[in-house]
Amino acid sequence: MPETRVGRETGTSAEVINKIVPSAPAAVAGVPDGATVMIGGFGTAGMPSELIDALIEQGARELTIVSNNAGNGDTGLAALLKAGRVRKIICSFPRQVDSWVFDGLFRAGEIELELVPQGNLAERIRAAGAGIGAFFTPTAYGTPLAEGKETRRIGGRDYVLEYPIHADFALIRALRGDRWGNLVYRKTARNFGPIMASAAKCTVAQVREVVDLGDLDPETVVTPGIFVQRVVELPATARLRATVGAAA
Amino acid sequence: MKRFSREQMAARVARDIPNGAYVNLGIGLPTLVANHLPKDREIVLHTENGLLGMGPAPEPGEEDPDLINAGKQPVTALPGASFFHHADSFAMMRGGHLDFCVLGAFQVSARGDLANWHTGAPDAIPAVGGAMDLAIGAKRVYVMMEHLTKGGQSKIVARCTYPLTGVACVNRIFTDLAVLDVTSRGLVVLERAEDLAFEELAALTGVPLTDALATVG
Repeated sequence: MPETRVGRETGTSAEVINKIVPSAPAAVAGVPDGATVMIGGFGTAGMPSELIDALIEQGARELTIVSNNAGNGDTGLAALLKAGRVRKIICSFPRQVDSWVFDGLFRAGEIELELVPQGNLAERIRAAGAGIGAFFTPTAYGTPLAEGKETRRIGGRDYVLEYPIHADFALIRALRGDRWGNLVYRKTARNFGPIMASAAKCTVAQVREVVDLGDLDPETVVTPGIFVQRVVELPATARLRATVGAAA
Repeated sequence: MKRFSREQMAARVARDIPNGAYVNLGIGLPTLVANHLPKDREIVLHTENGLLGMGPAPEPGEEDPDLINAGKQPVTALPGASFFHHADSFAMMRGGHLDFCVLGAFQVSARGDLANWHTGAPDAIPAVGGAMDLAIGAKRVYVMMEHLTKGGQSKIVARCTYPLTGVACVNRIFTDLAVLDVTSRGLVVLERAEDLAFEELAALTGVPLTDALATVG
């Protein structure tokens, strides 16, 4: 449920929807131990680094993280892993040139990995947000990543049954948002944001700028506010990390 | 025997990408293809992290951390480009909208099975990314790889020994020695490196090959 407050706006009495929260700590308040948390971003593009820092401060443990990668360098998701808060990670590409935190935990057997092809990961998240119970996908048929899974031949093609991934919280980064939670993104930083927003019970968006209701052109809103529960304005601190040679 | 250089391989792949095609170029060797796409063809590059109409690398100092390719390198967006989220991006592959992808490989089998994501080594940390989605999603899958391993073993094999990325998904193989089509009748050699006899290529490859030139001629 959106946080609401009774107030006056433009002289009329109204129950105002206001999803804006004042700070990163307020944005991640209430994440329980054992929660499943989606974290947007592809590498560092779209990574909600300040929300992750706030989650580390907040202290939730035994988390299951859903994210494309498993952290870069020593900051953001990597710092969350390093702090020992993550029991399991569901991702498509953990191994990168700068994923030493994950690599160390994995080799030490201190983190569980569920490796999912990137498109199946995206579709499982989308399916959760769309209320789909399961779906058949051709991706990974006949490979080790489909071992033990139900398969079916449909129209002469082989498919693997995959289930949705639901989350308690999604932490994403967008460019601009309003108090109804409408979001627009920036370039390839959009990546997992819109689908994760739909798949979590509580979606938290960090935006570079909060704008007035009506300032976002309805024709160009990418994530309608119904999918978003909290919006927090945080300064842009995106750092370029051109990890040459690191694959998707 | 004169092997095709990496640039020659890239130029050869580019020749087989027609005007108007939507194309995804995989990480590594396939990225070279972008430099050889003929100027008189309008070819739209897809990068699975969410961009159609990808342009070349930006000038130094012009890099944008929010504008990267699937290899997480900074790129540019051409006029006509579009951004989209991951579910849409992979629908473009899986839904049969993407015309071509060009992928690297550890091994390709005679029936077009692809192995390119994992060596299967017990201490290796597995990572798959979009490889499996691309392999089964693009309408035509081109593989670009060295013909032989450093140890001289053929990377074209009867049956892949590395973990599979996709089953019977490769259409054409471009190596430093030859261009081969995967067909229902097995592998057909379309071109060979200069001074490389068909019999010599067949001996190096170790699986049955058909000579397209001999068949046609």
